[in-house]
Amino acid sequence: MTDESSRPGTEPRGKAPQSRDEEVHRLHRWEASPVADRRGRDIRRHTDVSTSAALDIPTRPDPAAPLTSVAQSGATGRATTSGPGRAVRRRRRGWGNKLLGAVGVAGFLLTWELLPLTGLVNPRFMPPASEAIGGMITNFGLTDFWVAIYDTMRAWALGMFIAVVLATVLGFVIGSSTFLRRFTNSTIEFMRPVPSVALIPLAVLLFGVGIESSLMLIVYACFWQVLIQVLYGVADVDSVAMNTARSYGLGPFARMRHVTFPTALPYVVTGIRLAAAVALILAVTAQLIIGTPGLGAEISRAQSGGNYVSMYALVLATGLLGVLINLGMRMIERKVLSWHSSVRTEVAA
Amino acid sequence: MTYVRSFLNIIALPLILLFIWFIATLGETSFFVPTPQLLVQTFIDTWTAERFLSDVFPSLGRLIIGIILSILIGIVGGLLIGSFRWLRAMLEPTLEFFRAIPPPVLIPVIMLLIGIGDEMKVSVIVLGAVWPILLNTIEGVRSMDEVLADTSRTYGMNKVNTVRYLILPSAMPQIMAGIRQSLSIALILMVISEMFASTEGLGFAIVQFQRSFAIPEMWSGIVLLGLIGVILSFIFQLAERWILGWYHGLREIEQAA
Repeated sequence: MTDESSRPGTEPRGKAPQSRDEEVHRLHRWEASPVADRRGRDIRRHTDVSTSAALDIPTRPDPAAPLTSVAQSGATGRATTSGPGRAVRRRRRGWGNKLLGAVGVAGFLLTWELLPLTGLVNPRFMPPASEAIGGMITNFGLTDFWVAIYDTMRAWALGMFIAVVLATVLGFVIGSSTFLRRFTNSTIEFMRPVPSVALIPLAVLLFGVGIESSLMLIVYACFWQVLIQVLYGVADVDSVAMNTARSYGLGPFARMRHVTFPTALPYVVTGIRLAAAVALILAVTAQLIIGTPGLGAEISRAQSGGNYVSMYALVLATGLLGVLINLGMRMIERKVLSWHSSVRTEVAA
Repeated sequence: MTYVRSFLNIIALPLILLFIWFIATLGETSFFVPTPQLLVQTFIDTWTAERFLSDVFPSLGRLIIGIILSILIGIVGGLLIGSFRWLRAMLEPTLEFFRAIPPPVLIPVIMLLIGIGDEMKVSVIVLGAVWPILLNTIEGVRSMDEVLADTSRTYGMNKVNTVRYLILPSAMPQIMAGIRQSLSIALILMVISEMFASTEGLGFAIVQFQRSFAIPEMWSGIVLLGLIGVILSFIFQLAERWILGWYHGLREIEQAA
């Protein structure tokens, strides 16, 4: 059994160097606060990417969604491991883990390299890893490859932008009114699970192989992802904070800006990060199936042309693109929310 | 009274939307957008019993097999990998890479390796849907309550009982979260794999309608796919409430405290 069943949320974020005493003091304060309070206030739970999801949140799928798992807080409802000691231990392990990870990747590549040689799979259909990686590196020097990347990323970015803006605005409007929330709930719950790929034929009819086809699919899929997160975020507003703001005479817009927005931000950012992965999937899908220009179209062309090395090279490149997008979104999330976290911990005091 | 009101809340917006659709298509004969009456009529005409047998059930069968395989592989693999720290550290980067690959990209690869039969479609579904479950299980096993783990070790629980009574329950919320994500991916992959290379199945049928410009039929196919998505998520919610009932109960208590 693992001896490292840590609750990563409790470890210091390691950004601003804090004195040990300060950190201990903060943790004590946190532990002393009532449980219900902690849930709302402790923003680290929303921020830490390795902590996991709560089941009443639709993105629960996601390891970084707001966390309220019993597994995390322990059966006693209390964080099980905490404090600077854990952080030090984890830091020491960091390098070993990286090394093991590298060994794992090397092992995977070696298996891939040897598999065609043993004759278990036809080497024509599955060229060894070295050839595929070589093909990918050759690709890096080709204009066509970068054009395909550009096409893919353009559809991704545009689709994300439209979906996020639409969903955030609508989410704030719907979320801030109880009536609207109840009124739209059934429709949203019904529309959300509709698979966006069902719209592919419609997109083809309406837009052909233009970028609009990809955009339509991306926007539809990402919109629900973000909207639900925004709705949850807006619903999470602390009523005491809201009432305080009201009695201090803050207008609706000021309340939105200073109370609702900061509460909803972690949810919104999580939604955006999830949407980023979905958007890439749909961008590539549209290119594969419909044939809008981009990486997917290149892959399908390489496959039908029998150019299998190039196909594997492109698949590898697409995977790397996915990894880069994931890392980028996580970085942004950490940036945006670390600012937030510092603000919120102060408030919690 | 409250029942009436909540019923109105549920039904009002869909009715209004339907009404707008009805008014908007009234009188004109748009090529792309059928009237509601026509769509309902087409839906009944198109999705007859024999079409269900030839197209819908094979698709659903592959989907269900794919999902079950993903769940099994994901949970068993996740329990294994999550239980050994070195194994987890070794495999995590590779697994993260596989998760980051957009699953549809794997269709051409698997087509090459396995051909275009049912196995190909099931493998595509599994290869796309297994990652969220696998990684969430690993994460769930990893973030187990230390006090509980130590307690069960002190009490000398054997391996089987530990897995059954400690590891699985404490990882279950995360596993379910992974399954939820996998369901939508599996559905997407079912459709796409049929659009790519197939002679039967739901995805194939819809694309066929679109290519022959049978617009109302195409719409009816889209509606059917949507319904399948909705039903799938409904079944999942029921299962989740059943499996994780204890968890929701615990959270309610926690929240009330």
